[in-house]
Amino acid sequence: MRRLETRWGILMALPAILGFLIFTIGPMAASAFFSFTDWTIGASPSFIGLDNYTAMVGDELFWKSLTATTYYTLGSVPLVLIVSFAVAMLLNQKVRGLSAWRTIFYLPTLVPAIANVVLWIWIFNPDFGLLNSLLRQGGLPDSQWIYGESTAVPSLIIMSTWGFGNTMVIFLAGLQGVPRHLYEAVSIDGGGAWRRFWHVTLPMMTPTIFYNLVVGVVGTFQVFNQAYVMTEGGPNHATLFYVYYLFRKAFTESEMGYASALAWTLFMIIMVVTFLMFRNARRWVYYEMAGAR
Amino acid sequence: MTAVAAPEKAGSRGVAPTQGLRKPRRYGRILLYVALVLGAIPTLLPFVWLVRSALMQDAQMFVSPPEWIPSPFQWSNFGEALTSQPFGRYFVNTLVIAVISVLGTVLTCSVAAFSFSRLRWRGRDVVFALLLSGVMLPYAVTLIPTFVMWQELGALDTIAPLTVPSWFAGAGGGVFNIFLLRQFFLTIPFELDEAAYIDGASPWRVFWTIVMPLSKPAIIVVTIFTFIGTWNDFLGPLLYLQSEENYTLSLGLASFQSMYLTQWGYLMAASAAVIAPIIALFFFLQRYFIEGVTLTGIKN
Repeated sequence: MRRLETRWGILMALPAILGFLIFTIGPMAASAFFSFTDWTIGASPSFIGLDNYTAMVGDELFWKSLTATTYYTLGSVPLVLIVSFAVAMLLNQKVRGLSAWRTIFYLPTLVPAIANVVLWIWIFNPDFGLLNSLLRQGGLPDSQWIYGESTAVPSLIIMSTWGFGNTMVIFLAGLQGVPRHLYEAVSIDGGGAWRRFWHVTLPMMTPTIFYNLVVGVVGTFQVFNQAYVMTEGGPNHATLFYVYYLFRKAFTESEMGYASALAWTLFMIIMVVTFLMFRNARRWVYYEMAGAR
Repeated sequence: MTAVAAPEKAGSRGVAPTQGLRKPRRYGRILLYVALVLGAIPTLLPFVWLVRSALMQDAQMFVSPPEWIPSPFQWSNFGEALTSQPFGRYFVNTLVIAVISVLGTVLTCSVAAFSFSRLRWRGRDVVFALLLSGVMLPYAVTLIPTFVMWQELGALDTIAPLTVPSWFAGAGGGVFNIFLLRQFFLTIPFELDEAAYIDGASPWRVFWTIVMPLSKPAIIVVTIFTFIGTWNDFLGPLLYLQSEENYTLSLGLASFQSMYLTQWGYLMAASAAVIAPIIALFFFLQRYFIEGVTLTGIKN
């Protein structure tokens, strides 16, 4: 039985193991190697050591893309977290027709990425788009939205907030898991809604907030479609997001070596940021287990 | 007050009442619904804008202030948009890729999850931990070598690069499916397996006749998310599919957009047609969607 189990065990895990080797480990090693080469498709790669990485330091567009991406992340993640937390709090009251409300708020996340992008190009249209029409009706000045250098990234941040449904559903699940007796304890001590929120809900929700924060940061750092379809990185490189810049280097300018170095740099940035978030988490994330120490 | 405090209607999933210790005052309830409506308006407005534009004549679309009710209803926008490019073909292409990917992912991920949860073999947990560590990797890192590999294999402009990885547990995101299924498998009593083994069943038989039938909810979740993931994928088809006859819906819509830049009626009609199937799917499988998202969030 024991040997049979081992044989079956390995056999059944084999597709996953092979897939990991072929589609993760192999390409990872290859791109690490390519990142030390000067390589255009068709030619053979020539080893140039750290040149790609040092070239990045002097690459104005690299810095531009890093800034644009960071800007987008810093704007989008907190906004999505706050909006989805607030709506989840509302839905966690005894709301009638909960599933209907939840569906409404979840709906935007179902829109396929490209359809979403096409729809928002129209919404942002400076002449006849939804947003400028509303502004005009309210007697406010127009905006250039994604066509203005300073408004492009904020526009995409607004657009990203529309898809807060996934985060909201996760918050809602977290809120429903907060033990009821804790609220009762606060009430017995004479605490009101604000104290219940501040001393029970918020601390108990920190693990969920942390999860959504990490997923949000890692996700927004890899934003691509909006830059590719909506803005082509413009105007004046304002939305030259990192992965879009990488894509352009690799598949438009065919600088595969440099693009690989960009990819590994992104990987390292994400690792460092994630590490810092986890280290910082000890200060504010409450885990029931850790609390017992 | 009694109407407000009435229990939820059957059909909506129950919520643990948390804040309802003291009966909230009436104005609090009103404020709550006002807030919800205020939140729902900006959420739904883009959809309204989409549908209204899809059904409008150009002349009416460019009126200021904007009109909301199409007059007349320009249903022909849909016909024009969907026949100006072979969207039917794109639909079939997308469906083929999605179905092959779902089959591969569900099969290979659940087989692996079975191995990682219910069979004991040396090194199992180390291998599983290694696979899980791949979740952190940004897709940009593997993008270029994977592309070059498919190019060397002469598989560009075929569906192979978009489907074959799913038969190896989905690559990248597939690990997460294994994790999800494994968690679910662990909740099934192990006595069932033992009894079957005593009767001389093979591990495959235990997997196929005992564990899989009991795991329908988890399998449905993996199916939905893989389906949506491949259905909505843009970068993959963008990289690998070149000739127009092989385009997926996403790719077709993007190229349609670049051709009909200002034909908003057509663009919105095409977008609405691309969005509709997914929303329809959602309404059929709503419960599993929400459950699935919830599962993904609770994994930590």
